[in-house]
Amino acid sequence: MRQIQGAPGARVLAFGGYQPANVVTNEHLAKTMDTSDEWIRSRVGIVERRIAGPEESEVDLAVQAGGKALAASGLSASDIDLVIVATCTLETQIPNAASRVAHRLGIDAPGAFDVNAACAGFCYALSAAADAIRGGSATHVLVVAAEKLSQWVDWTDRTTAVIFGDGAGAAVVGPSDTPGIGPVAWGSVGEKADAIKVKDRNSFLQQEGQAVFRWATTALHPVARRACERAGVRPEDLAAFVPHQANLRIIEAIARKLGAEKAVIAKDIVLSGNTSAASIPLALSRMIERGEVPSGGLALLLGFGAGLTYAGQVIEIP
Amino acid sequence: MALTEQEILAGLGKIINEITGIPAAEVTPEKSFVDDLDIDSLSMVEIAVAAQDEFGVEIPDDQLKNLKTVKDVINFIQS
Repeated sequence: MRQIQGAPGARVLAFGGYQPANVVTNEHLAKTMDTSDEWIRSRVGIVERRIAGPEESEVDLAVQAGGKALAASGLSASDIDLVIVATCTLETQIPNAASRVAHRLGIDAPGAFDVNAACAGFCYALSAAADAIRGGSATHVLVVAAEKLSQWVDWTDRTTAVIFGDGAGAAVVGPSDTPGIGPVAWGSVGEKADAIKVKDRNSFLQQEGQAVFRWATTALHPVARRACERAGVRPEDLAAFVPHQANLRIIEAIARKLGAEKAVIAKDIVLSGNTSAASIPLALSRMIERGEVPSGGLALLLGFGAGLTYAGQVIEIP
Repeated sequence: MALTEQEILAGLGKIINEITGIPAAEVTPEKSFVDDLDIDSLSMVEIAVAAQDEFGVEIPDDQLKNLKTVKDVINFIQS
């Protein structure tokens, strides 16, 4: 038997993002539940979010974002030999989303698997993509994070209904002579598994808000620092910090403790809501589109959420 | 090493200022977090965590909800 080697490194060639057209404002939510625009803005930081209708599935969202990333990369569908979809909100599990997304994008016979690490899913999937390229398992990988949280949310529960949104973000990953995706820093806290969960097939998403807030604002900045360390960079070197868009106050608390003074901090949640795994690639794709971050600069990605799971890595911005 | 009320109050003032922007001078024992200082439960969690680092006393979430005034927190830390 023999082993093969892949490329010395991997990098993100392009990002793409997509959210449904339907905008749901705080005022709209305040009509059907006991909440207010002011409460939502101060507590979570969200002004509006996007919600998909019944005709748009999480796979549809993935196809849109994946197609945009593919187009931006300059590659064609035939160049992709692995598709990974990060999602925890599939309506059905069988068949997986990746095979369907690949087929609809005209990608012929790639490897195809889904990753479920909730809001850390994109960082986990990106790490797997980079390892596949360096290990010789793939040459070009399409990583898509797609979530339709609206189909898992109790729309009468003001503690969750105001937070979540639908969307997808994607990255095309390719080989590189120099490191473009740093080593991942990941982990999990299984003893807190009950903090964010869907109990059974007939239940909705529920979370212990205060416990999750405490965990997120204390346990994650050391992970962020570890991801920087493993990539051989300092927080001061970062041009961007893109944490999972869970809650604006969590984002600000982690950013404050990380001390990445020169980094632009992603705050996409304000107009997008919390889109679980999609939030990181969605935020970064927009920051790039709007010219807010320099190509070639370093971005720290940090996903965290249900599991509880977390993963982060430094990448070079395409 | 027992801390005096003044020492704890000064420490809390600094913490609350860092987390909420409220001037430390406004943090006085009789003030209520919610009604007087306009500090919500999420900020209380951040304050509790910072207080744990500063004073070495853990304030779990289920105890936190009973601490309504600055004095309540000072008493909790001293006990």
